[in-house]
Amino acid sequence: MTVSQWELPPELCCRPMAFVALTGLDVVYNAVHRAIWDAFCANRRADRVPISFKVLPGDHEYPKCRTKRTSYEWYIPKGILKTGWMNKHLNLVPALVVLFYELDWDDPQWKEKQSECATKVEIVRTSLQGRNTKVAVVLIQKKTPLPPGEDLVASERAAALCNACDLSGKSLFVLPHTDHLVGYIIRLENAFYEHAQTYYYTEIRRVKSHKEFLNKTTHQLLFVRHQFKIAFFSELKQDTQNALKYYRTAYSLVHELRSHETNMLEIKTMSGFINYKICRLCFQHNTPLDAIAQFRKHIDLCKKKIGSAELSFEHAAWMSKQFQSFGDLFDEAIKLGLTAIQTQNPGFYYQQAACFSQERKQLAQQLCQAAVNYPSPDPLDTQSGGLDFYGQRPWRQGHQSSVSPQPLLGGVLKSDLLLEQELIIALLSNAVAQFKKYKCPRMKSHLMVQMGEEYYHAKDYTKALKLLDYVMCDYRTERWWGLLTAILITALRCAYLMASVKDYIIYCMELLGRASTLKEEQKGRIEKNFFKVLMNEVPDPEPDCDPSSVAVARSLWNDCIALAASNEFTIEVQDYIPFIQCKAKFCSPSFHIDQPIQLQVFLRADCPHPVPLNKLAISLSNQEYNQWCVVESLAQETMSLLPRATKCFNFRFVAKSEDVGKKIEVSVVMLGRDNGRCVFLTWRGAGGDIASHHEALQATRSSRRWGRGFEMRPELDWDSLLIQHSTMIISRLPKLSVQLSHQPPALIHELYRISVTIESQEEGVAKDVTLTAGLKPGQDAILGQSTHVTLDGTKVCDDTTLALLPDVPLGDLNSGTKLERSVYVRCRSTGPRVFLFHVAYSIDTTVEGQQIVCKCHKVENVVTSLAQVSLLWMSLFEPLDQVAIDIPFMLMTDIFSTSPWPLVLASSCLQLLTMTSNTPQLQSQLEEVVLQTGECASECFCLRCPPLTNSNNTVATGQYLISWRRKPSNAGSPLIQTTVTLPHVILESVPLYIHADLPSFGRVRESLPVLYYIENRTALVQEVDMAVEPSDAFMFSGLKQVRLRILPGSEQRMLYNYYPLMAGYQTLPQLNISLPRCPTTNTHTLRRFLPQRIFVKPQGRQLDDISIAAA
Amino acid sequence: MAVCIAVIAKENYPLYIRSVPTQNKLKFHYTVHTSLDVVEEKVSTVGKSLGDQRELYLGLLYPTEDYKVYGYVTNSKVKFVIVVDSSNTSLRDNEIRSMFRKLHNSFTDVMCNPFHNPGDPIQSKAFDGIVSGMMVQTG
Repeated sequence: MTVSQWELPPELCCRPMAFVALTGLDVVYNAVHRAIWDAFCANRRADRVPISFKVLPGDHEYPKCRTKRTSYEWYIPKGILKTGWMNKHLNLVPALVVLFYELDWDDPQWKEKQSECATKVEIVRTSLQGRNTKVAVVLIQKKTPLPPGEDLVASERAAALCNACDLSGKSLFVLPHTDHLVGYIIRLENAFYEHAQTYYYTEIRRVKSHKEFLNKTTHQLLFVRHQFKIAFFSELKQDTQNALKYYRTAYSLVHELRSHETNMLEIKTMSGFINYKICRLCFQHNTPLDAIAQFRKHIDLCKKKIGSAELSFEHAAWMSKQFQSFGDLFDEAIKLGLTAIQTQNPGFYYQQAACFSQERKQLAQQLCQAAVNYPSPDPLDTQSGGLDFYGQRPWRQGHQSSVSPQPLLGGVLKSDLLLEQELIIALLSNAVAQFKKYKCPRMKSHLMVQMGEEYYHAKDYTKALKLLDYVMCDYRTERWWGLLTAILITALRCAYLMASVKDYIIYCMELLGRASTLKEEQKGRIEKNFFKVLMNEVPDPEPDCDPSSVAVARSLWNDCIALAASNEFTIEVQDYIPFIQCKAKFCSPSFHIDQPIQLQVFLRADCPHPVPLNKLAISLSNQEYNQWCVVESLAQETMSLLPRATKCFNFRFVAKSEDVGKKIEVSVVMLGRDNGRCVFLTWRGAGGDIASHHEALQATRSSRRWGRGFEMRPELDWDSLLIQHSTMIISRLPKLSVQLSHQPPALIHELYRISVTIESQEEGVAKDVTLTAGLKPGQDAILGQSTHVTLDGTKVCDDTTLALLPDVPLGDLNSGTKLERSVYVRCRSTGPRVFLFHVAYSIDTTVEGQQIVCKCHKVENVVTSLAQVSLLWMSLFEPLDQVAIDIPFMLMTDIFSTSPWPLVLASSCLQLLTMTSNTPQLQSQLEEVVLQTGECASECFCLRCPPLTNSNNTVATGQYLISWRRKPSNAGSPLIQTTVTLPHVILESVPLYIHADLPSFGRVRESLPVLYYIENRTALVQEVDMAVEPSDAFMFSGLKQVRLRILPGSEQRMLYNYYPLMAGYQTLPQLNISLPRCPTTNTHTLRRFLPQRIFVKPQGRQLDDISIAAA
Repeated sequence: MAVCIAVIAKENYPLYIRSVPTQNKLKFHYTVHTSLDVVEEKVSTVGKSLGDQRELYLGLLYPTEDYKVYGYVTNSKVKFVIVVDSSNTSLRDNEIRSMFRKLHNSFTDVMCNPFHNPGDPIQSKAFDGIVSGMMVQTG
């Protein structure tokens, strides 16, 4: 009973296509025929009709048709389906035979050719005796035919030929051998396809017609056979819907058959076939759920049909095949576009197939152990070389009566056990691939374990270990200890049988560890073996190993021991859960350089017996410290770890001064044990393993719950020990005070003084004290540009000075002494700033007998905000928005102090660019003025703007400089010069300038002479109309209305004598001026140059005349 | 009745597994473990669509040839898995639901125990009793 027996026959698995035989083609020697044949068979895409073509010689013998049975009365069928039947209808009996014949309509030897053709048709007909196969004739012609109806000769001859060959007109075709061969061929094909369908239709009718002759008692098998045949013909006819229907009927009929030991196999085989067809068609119709439902039904029906107990292995193999083929079908459907889901994918079927294969293997092994002798004439060796019916026993063909079951002998199994192994592994790996696709990582792991076990059974230990190792990680991280232990046991067996020492040690360690769910006595046994391996002895075999393999393993171990070379093992245990746990911690997350660093290493063993230990070494990120962190046992007394007790090792060492600011990390913890064989366990980082993180988490949870009482427990709780794998070396705490004194806020442009007092409280001499002062780095970059720091307070620093003074040497500082320094800061913009004062020094101290040089520093931050100084605007008593050229105007400056401190203004001056001062430069009006907060100091200048040379109508005024200092400051501090750039002014040119010359006051009833000067500033002669409006307050003499002409650049004087009538501020009589040639200039624009009002004093008494004159 | 009942922690490690003693314990462990694939898939898809109004009962996770595996996820992502023999057709969906509800209640009681540290394996006689009541009685 070989595995391949269960392979489905290829004719079942293929897609049935109508079979059409082509005769009369000489494809070897005739190029035209070759081309025709190629056009038929080459490039058959899905859009062409499903036909399988075959070239046969004209006199080919088709399978003989048996004489039709007229009555089924005495007929007893011997089986359900003949093995050759499907193949016969797929490949041997054509639906249509096409005869190709070269004949043109106008052939000169028409008569002869016609009769030759008729003969050939006759030959074909004879060989198809009894079959309903159609015959068609294709005439290969050299000429392109005329359209039908036009060639009278052709239609006449065609009719004659049909007559001669006994063909219907529909079966005669013409194939012109011209350019459009493929097009003609496709048309021919379609015609052939129609003929084939008719043929299969008649075949179906024929099979159906048998039904009436059958009776239910003796012809049960025929019911199934006929339904199957109808369905198969329907498939050939491409009528898949009906095919499915008939297959379903056939399926239910199969299960209605009386089953007994002898025909069980046949029934199962046939139901398997039909089930395959149904599922295949369901997938094809895109109804996967129907397919799955059918398959489930099939399995449920057949699951119990085991037959005799000895044959259960055969049943398992059959089941496996059912699942496998369904998985294949499913997978194929997915490749064609079906979407599967996580819980319904081919993987499950492959897995189940593997499962049954395993079952079969076990059953077979049991049978083999029963040691049945193989029968000497091999019953499987059939003379005929094949079976007549599907699913029958070679030695019992055709028996349908219920004879006593002949038990199949187990001996036949031995041959294919290895083959079976391969099959299982193939099925499993198929399933793994599927589950990987459908996001089932755990299922995948499980299957990989099974694969590993299968490899183990197949004695391929390397592959087994590879697979098991791979999945162990997953189970370890998911913390499924039960499963992990089971896998480890298998792995340990593999390692033992391979005599792989390192693997053996690793698995032993993990099985002894806390994650293993083994019982204490099992652990004891493993531990004993483990120590044996360490002592360089052969370990005892693992239980449940194949005795023959054990013998092989023993010799391998002996070889291994003889080979003394590989006696040292370094095992990284981080990724396992070893039986020795290790946790290292620095006692503090940071140490000052003058403190010794303390490191604790905790070890704990989980195995049942004490473990000897020889060396513990710790490697730190700086290798130089490693020498301080080693414990080695002397030869006599070995350290040993007691089971479930924590052992603690303490280490102390002093850090080197160059490591200040660096981290020290525990990189590896090494644990050596050597007696005979030496094993180093190393932990990356500071110990711990895969499980310890979770344990620590649980421990903190429970300690939170138990509160303080828990922490006060005397015993050290292993799980709550936290790993501290690194520590920071930080510099020594400085014993030095830095004090700053200053008076904030600093003012803009001011040289702001900050005095620094450094006082040493060190016992020794602080050497090389340096001060770094200035703007703290990391602030806005603009602040850096607008801030300057200097040590020189006597002169104002310029913009080239830096914002930070690095490492200003201050010399040595004795114990208890003070040092004071002033630092000046100048800021050019407002806003808060943070200043840094950093004092560094070195000092010699002794830590644990070691001389070290410490660097200490102190940082002090000063936050400074700045106040602004000045604010300015411009005016001529009345604000101006434009300045007339060459006419004097006034500039007034207001200095407004926002400083919280009183300010002394030392001087102020104007630096003019284009303007000229109308008055000689005098001493500043603001000299030595003290401004309190919120006060304002004003200054006034009379300026004149000269005529412009360029066309610009705006002009830069210049700068205003103010020198000032803080009021209470010592006189020595430098004056601060603040420069204010004056705004640009808009210039205007005036064609006519008028100004008046009048006394500063008038007196009632006294003459008040007013002289008006009218100046023509244009290059043209100007006509001026001038009129004086009468006023209530004045009488006047002079020209009331006049028209003047003023030459370019000249000036006209007009004298008026006003005579005030009222006292007080009086409006002067309005002067109306108009320039006919220059309409933009009128009274309004000119009036601003003239005083509007005058103060008129009341008339004094005559007596007082002298006193007034004196005043 | 069930042949195996398991409680799985949020992080997918077992808190409690009990199976009928007559059959291979390991096989049930594997069955429960592989069923977590489906649980995770279901939880992640349900969580997206429905927000907090989540049905705790996940229904039939997947059928194997021999067993039916049902799943249930509490709000704190603790998973309950019940494995039922495939041949046992008498069990309706409702009964499975009520089994899960009972299990959940009992589990809540265990969590309420101030001496229990959440995340540790469940060792409770009361819980054992409830589980035993739901298991197939043998012998």
